[in-house]
Amino acid sequence: MPQTTLPIQLTVNGTRRRIAVAPHHTLLEVLREDLRLTGSKECCLVGECGACTVLVDGWSVDACLVLAVEADGADVLTVEGLASPDGRLAPIQAAFLDQGGVQCGFCIPGQLMSAHALLAEHPHPTRAEIEEGMAGNLCRCACYEQIFAAIGQAAAGDAPDLGGLGAGAHAGGARAGAKTSAEGLDQ
Amino acid sequence: MRPFTYARPDTLADAVALLAERGAEARVLAGGTDLIIRLRDGSARPAVVVDVKRVPELAPGIRVGDRGTLVIGATTTMTEIAAHPLVRRDLAGLAEAAAVVGSVQIRNRATLAGNLCNASPAADTAPSLLVHGAVVVAHGPSGERRIALDDFFVRSGVTTLAPGELVVAIEIPAPEAGRIASAHQRRTRRRGHDLASVTLACGLDASGLARIAYGSVGPRPVLRLDTTGVLADAASSDEARAPVFETIFADASPSARSMRAGPEYRLAMLRVLGRRALATAQARLAAGE
Ligand SMILES: Cc1cc2nc3c(=O)[nH]c(=O)nc-3n(C[C@H](O)[C@H](O)[C@H](O)COP(=O)(O)OP(=O)(O)OC[C@H]3O[C@@H](n4cnc5c(N)ncnc54)[C@H](O)[C@@H]3O)c2cc1C
Ligand code: FES
Ligand code: FES
Repeated sequence: MPQTTLPIQLTVNGTRRRIAVAPHHTLLEVLREDLRLTGSKECCLVGECGACTVLVDGWSVDACLVLAVEADGADVLTVEGLASPDGRLAPIQAAFLDQGGVQCGFCIPGQLMSAHALLAEHPHPTRAEIEEGMAGNLCRCACYEQIFAAIGQAAAGDAPDLGGLGAGAHAGGARAGAKTSAEGLDQ
Repeated sequence: MRPFTYARPDTLADAVALLAERGAEARVLAGGTDLIIRLRDGSARPAVVVDVKRVPELAPGIRVGDRGTLVIGATTTMTEIAAHPLVRRDLAGLAEAAAVVGSVQIRNRATLAGNLCNASPAADTAPSLLVHGAVVVAHGPSGERRIALDDFFVRSGVTTLAPGELVVAIEIPAPEAGRIASAHQRRTRRRGHDLASVTLACGLDASGLARIAYGSVGPRPVLRLDTTGVLADAASSDEARAPVFETIFADASPSARSMRAGPEYRLAMLRVLGRRALATAQARLAAGE
């Protein structure tokens, strides 16, 4: 008999949660159905469109390809965690609106999470870095140029001041630790 | 997805015991970028999924082992490999290959051992690892064994791992005839989403030995050596190289049924990528990179 549920612990957008999940449920299903965080979208379910992108310990991943049990103990950031609790938008969100990067909006939560991860890694990305960093996110409305412009605007720090940094500012600590095996070696 | 039991052993002994006990009912889970898709579409139906990411012996990381061997932990991700200074310096072709696997989101999960164990003919890290003489370190019920990567691949989805064995690490031995300068090249329909139509690497050392490895043009990646010295010679003409390349690519047998590219295109691109990778490897060898 397969297990019915397993207890896991997750920090989602800064809040610690203890939940029981089915082992065969993905992180995406648990976020959307158990935690009712429906910002992350379900679309291709094969890792191609990026609509389900979330950050796990600071790393952007396709939540449709991660089992919820694999994220046990992890720090998860979803699009709901970008704005500050009082609803003020993060600079990257404001820049998307400012540049007209949002048409139907379906791909946008995933685009925002990839953009957020890209800017954490490259605060001033080149065009090539933007293209590579966003290659895992498809937009059927083809807002690519507007989205790239929004990333450039947020990087330049001249996003309209619609609010301060969201809860997202906390994610990334664990990730810095994950990188240490590359330290101390000459290039 | 069909229900299954999830196990997360935290010792190698427990992982191996579980795999031995459950046999074909068990499936190893690393980054899941191949396996989760198969669990969802029902083409893999394990009763037990064994997540090996918390087994210390398989931990991510790249270190220098005995006699200058570079040891890459089984669960090291493509992101870490592509960014690692030692890989970029000594295994340039592998760094290039890891950097083009899928998208950022895929590379943040996809592991090196998963890429090899999945045994897709299009696996992008296989050609570079083959030209560098990589060895797969496997652990199973009868202990540890080392398998030359060229003896690891059988055909799509099939390797020479014995039942109950898992990959602990990938080792790249320090070459006897000085360093190997490598370069990777590939063609794909759309970056970030599609597998390679052709994936190829070239490795050269100062002794004049050239190694070319290529994939996505047959049931498994192929490694071929040129011992004539013609390819390694930076001064040799295209006319002199052409017949050597023809011999090297004689084992390419791309399927006519592939949705990704026709056989004519693949065979033509194999030659183009071969020349490009050779030129880059020659320049790297000369520059001492
Ligand atoms: C959108 C997308 C794009 C992709 N693009 C590319 C690409 O450009 N190039 C490319 O080469 N691949 C690509 N892939 C395929 C995949 O990402 C890679 O093959 C990846 O390296 C697999 O590693 P994983 O850790 O995710 O493996 P998993 O899915 O966890 O496992 C893959 C297989 O290997 C077995 N396995 C894993 N680890 C071990 C171990 N240590 N010991 C024994 N068996 C093990 C598993 O049981 C399973 O059968 C892509 C996949 C997706 C979804
Ligand atoms: S739904 Fe996850 S990548 Fe498309
Ligand atoms: S805005 Fe419609 S899919 Fe991107």
